Amino acid sequence: MVAILYLISALLFIFALRGLSHPESSRMGNIFGVIGMIIAVFTTLMFKSVLSYYEIGAAILIGGAIGSFIALRIEMTALPQLVAAFHSLVGLAAVFVAAAAFYDPVAFSIGKVGSIKTASLVEMSIGTFIGAITFSGSVLAFGKLQGTISGKPIVFKFQHLINALIFLLIIFLIVLFVINQSPTIFWTIVIVSILLGFLVVIPIGGADMPVVVSMLNSYSGWAACGIGFTLSNNLLIITGALVGASGAILSYIMSKGMNRSIINVVLGGFGGEQDTSASKDNSDKIVKQGNAEDAAYIMKNADSVIIVPGYGMAVAQAQHALREMGDILKKEGIEVRYAIHPVAGRMPGHMNVLLAEANVPYEEVLELDEINHDFPMTEVSFVIGANDVTNPAAKTDESSPIFGMPILDVEKSQSVLFVKRSMATGYSGVDNELFYRDNTTMLFGDAKKMCEDIVKSLSA
Amino acid sequence: MEAHSSEVFVIGLTVFFLACIIGYYVVWSVTPALHSPLMGVTNAISSVIIVGAILAAGPQGFDTSKIFGLIGVVLASVNIFGGFLVTYRMLSMFKKKTKKTKEKE
Repeated sequence: MVAILYLISALLFIFALRGLSHPESSRMGNIFGVIGMIIAVFTTLMFKSVLSYYEIGAAILIGGAIGSFIALRIEMTALPQLVAAFHSLVGLAAVFVAAAAFYDPVAFSIGKVGSIKTASLVEMSIGTFIGAITFSGSVLAFGKLQGTISGKPIVFKFQHLINALIFLLIIFLIVLFVINQSPTIFWTIVIVSILLGFLVVIPIGGADMPVVVSMLNSYSGWAACGIGFTLSNNLLIITGALVGASGAILSYIMSKGMNRSIINVVLGGFGGEQDTSASKDNSDKIVKQGNAEDAAYIMKNADSVIIVPGYGMAVAQAQHALREMGDILKKEGIEVRYAIHPVAGRMPGHMNVLLAEANVPYEEVLELDEINHDFPMTEVSFVIGANDVTNPAAKTDESSPIFGMPILDVEKSQSVLFVKRSMATGYSGVDNELFYRDNTTMLFGDAKKMCEDIVKSLSA
Repeated sequence: MEAHSSEVFVIGLTVFFLACIIGYYVVWSVTPALHSPLMGVTNAISSVIIVGAILAAGPQGFDTSKIFGLIGVVLASVNIFGGFLVTYRMLSMFKKKTKKTKEKE
């Protein structure tokens, strides 16, 4: 009976993910997920060994209240941080469950204290190891996304060698733990894994965060899997594998969006100030500057406008003002669409959520490969808070760090409007030759303010 | 005993690989626009680890294992409620259609 109920729960989780293939079916999918979770929890509460309903109920209420409070209050622009914080909790929960299983193996029928089955010990320590890495890695990712810790990659000598040695040390500790089952060694594994989690994320810079967040997503799944093996629980194994696969695929999509291998991202150190000064000297080139009225004039006289949002839009919270601008243009009979680069923002799908929040219909929001061939037929590209993802150097300049990265071909449209705070280079530290083109007009200023000013000029 | 436990492990491994394959196909079918909600949902369901925490917190009395279990239940619940709710919020934003935005004007 228990196995059947767990199976139903696992199937509902699969349907929950399946629902996300389309916005219309996605809400039903989320409900499937909730039902699956309720079934899983109540099935477990029915176990004969589970008696302390009050304590468990109180724990669920406390956790649930905190979770609901945070989820309902959070700003959509802060989503990446929130997701990172949630991942850290899954990791920590995995560590605690593994520890509980270690201290009371009878409750999980995996042996007795001091004589736990070898297989269970191995699975337990792997679950602990992944859980602890997920925990500390996510905490650090949270700090970087929140801005409490510098988003710049921190690189030091022998970094990879040190990480490799720590990894070997952990394997050695796991072997030792399986042999003597000592609590001291268990906690040493936890602490060393936490250290490794920090070290793995520390060299990874701000704009690589989409990859890191998806990777930690994947890890949290594998941690659940490890615990699933320890408890011989198919529900945990299936769910863990689903989550693990999901995170891994997202990491792959994100790395591909930057034309870099996952390994390259993980090794980190990309984007800092390494060779900004060494890059080609553009100081003598002329930049054409404009203001909100110029932008309004250019767009009003166009037939089609493609808006390219980036992280800068999120930082400035410009999505609502931007949508307003788009609405006015649409009323003028101008075709307005949005082009989303896979790595725009700080987590997969970040821009889509922000535009949806601002009421932009999702039919108008297109992915790179859906819209890229339309740029040559477009009169105006309006780039707001994005930089590297439009840089033609990715196609032409082999020496550029972003060479080979797929970009949105805004340079092929008749004119480009570029909203930017200053002439500073993008995240990758590469100058964008687009700024110096004849058909480019730079609009310097805060993204939100600029959109509001354009709206004013348009309605005037 | 040994033969039995290795059998259990192989069954677990079978389930694991089949689930990975299902996960692979299901996740590739997710539309890129919904990648953020995907992370929200996976985050919520990965907290199914609460099952293990409840088992640890189940027995009466108070020992180390039970305390760890209860902490696990709290942490996982934060995620379950938080994950599903934040996903719900994201998905309800994707509800608005072209029609409705026009009506609002």
